[in-house]
Amino acid sequence: MTAAIEFLPPLLVVNVLTGLLDWFLVAVDGGFSWVAEATGLQFLGYPYMQRAYLSVLCIGVVGPLVGSFLVYRDLSMVGDTLAHTAFAGVAVALFLDATLSIAVPPLLGALVVAVIAALLVQALVEYTDARSDAALAMVLTGGFALGSVLISLTGGGISVGINQYLFGSLATVSRADIGLLVSMALVVAVAVAVAYRPLVFVTFDETAARASRVHVRVVNTLLSILTAFVVVSAMRIMGVILVAALLVVPVVTASRLGHSFKQSIWYGIVAGEFAGFAGVTLAYLFGLAAGGSIVLVAIGGFVAVAVGLRVSH
Amino acid sequence: MTVVSLSDVAFSYGDVPVIDGISLDIEAGEFLGLVGPNGSGKSTLLRLLLGLERPDRGEAHLFGEPAHEFGDGERIAYVAQDVTDAARDMPITVREVVRMGRYPRNLFGRFSDADRAAVDGALDRVDIADLADRRVGALSGGQRQRVFVARALAAESDLLALDEPTVALDAESRDSFYDLLADLNDRGLTIVLVEHDIGVVTARASRIACLNRELYFHGDSEDFAESDALAAAYGANQRVLDHSHDHHDAEAHASSDSEAKS
Repeated sequence: MTAAIEFLPPLLVVNVLTGLLDWFLVAVDGGFSWVAEATGLQFLGYPYMQRAYLSVLCIGVVGPLVGSFLVYRDLSMVGDTLAHTAFAGVAVALFLDATLSIAVPPLLGALVVAVIAALLVQALVEYTDARSDAALAMVLTGGFALGSVLISLTGGGISVGINQYLFGSLATVSRADIGLLVSMALVVAVAVAVAYRPLVFVTFDETAARASRVHVRVVNTLLSILTAFVVVSAMRIMGVILVAALLVVPVVTASRLGHSFKQSIWYGIVAGEFAGFAGVTLAYLFGLAAGGSIVLVAIGGFVAVAVGLRVSH
Repeated sequence: MTVVSLSDVAFSYGDVPVIDGISLDIEAGEFLGLVGPNGSGKSTLLRLLLGLERPDRGEAHLFGEPAHEFGDGERIAYVAQDVTDAARDMPITVREVVRMGRYPRNLFGRFSDADRAAVDGALDRVDIADLADRRVGALSGGQRQRVFVARALAAESDLLALDEPTVALDAESRDSFYDLLADLNDRGLTIVLVEHDIGVVTARASRIACLNRELYFHGDSEDFAESDALAAAYGANQRVLDHSHDHHDAEAHASSDSEAKS
């Protein structure tokens, strides 16, 4: 009896969350369909396109949000490293499914492995004398190597779906993915909002932060984990090879525009959303790779801003 | 009150000894200049006394507690040597940086009126209130160092530690920066700074510690000028930067012992 009561709340929470997700997707569908009808843009009514837009809406926010704390510390490669290890996570999930019939959602596999890799990078830098870029390179290649070996172990059985993880795809974001994506985006946004001050302090002046007894190691670990969340969120659309761009390019664009740090974060989000929405639309209209389109639009935005600033001065 | 107390402190990076058997106390209200040749361990000593490194031997105390365990972050302000590199690229305003001074006291909660008043007061105090909304990267070197001092003032800290703060400044900004430090010191702030320019630091600091791995001198700045500690610490034929008497070689009567150390 007591056991049943103890199990009730988690069940209830799950029910409420799935209910919320359903309600959310219906609302989103309603909104998109209305726009689709009003504008005559049919593709806005397709559920898979709606999910693609929803995912770029999320990653356009969390990418630059977290990236702002990486770029100015020369940690831009952290995103790329975690993305490549997340690929190993996908491979592990597919491998378990193919060989042992244990169904693990690939994104969950990616998240778990990316978080472990984030902690591993921290440990390598702190407890060995490895330089951080060498540590990153080791974890990056190690993760990717593990992924490729696992794939080859199944005799090519799971390699069919691998391309979409490498290069990203519009059509593969499932309903379950969207649930995970939206929740991860919320977690990241709330975490950054709560830990904003220690994150800014450590980003700007790590030594002074340490002297002021800010727990720099905890902040760094949090940042790595948040990066892992972002990378996994964006992986489906962007592909592991390109996912890091969304942590970096909008931030660099915004650094030219922003006056204050807060302002530059907002500009970064605007740049990220623009790249995401324009990239997904172009990818659909011209049948292009989604990740590549988003990254090229983002870089185009950077060039446009740089040229614009040069002209206006 | 004793702010910093080092007793027989030794520290090495790997097998390379950097600090060996240094004991010194810093009393509240002191203005201590740390001098010594390049690689003499000045910056490391600063990091040891702030508790950023743990001594291999001996003890470092900060406000009476073991320095590495000391937890009142707001009482210490540190301006590291490399801080200005980050400041150049990152879009961040003067006010945002000075607000960081309040973070040790208020890391998560809303800023109170007292927090805001402390920030505004600090900006006024170092004369950069009109720059509050400017990007730190767009400031001159002298203005930027004032921003970091303002951050320390906003923290209302008791100890301000600076590592070669004037290295990139022209003579005029350097003088006005030292005027500011002297003024803050008069009002009771304890200051420790590493300075490569011995002429400037002996003129400005009330106390001098001269080291080259070991401590060669610790006392009042007037006595330092008359001692032969400088030559001993720098060894023979070392060029000593001293703007007050142009560049000159340190007097070459150092023992072979100190030559081996430099």
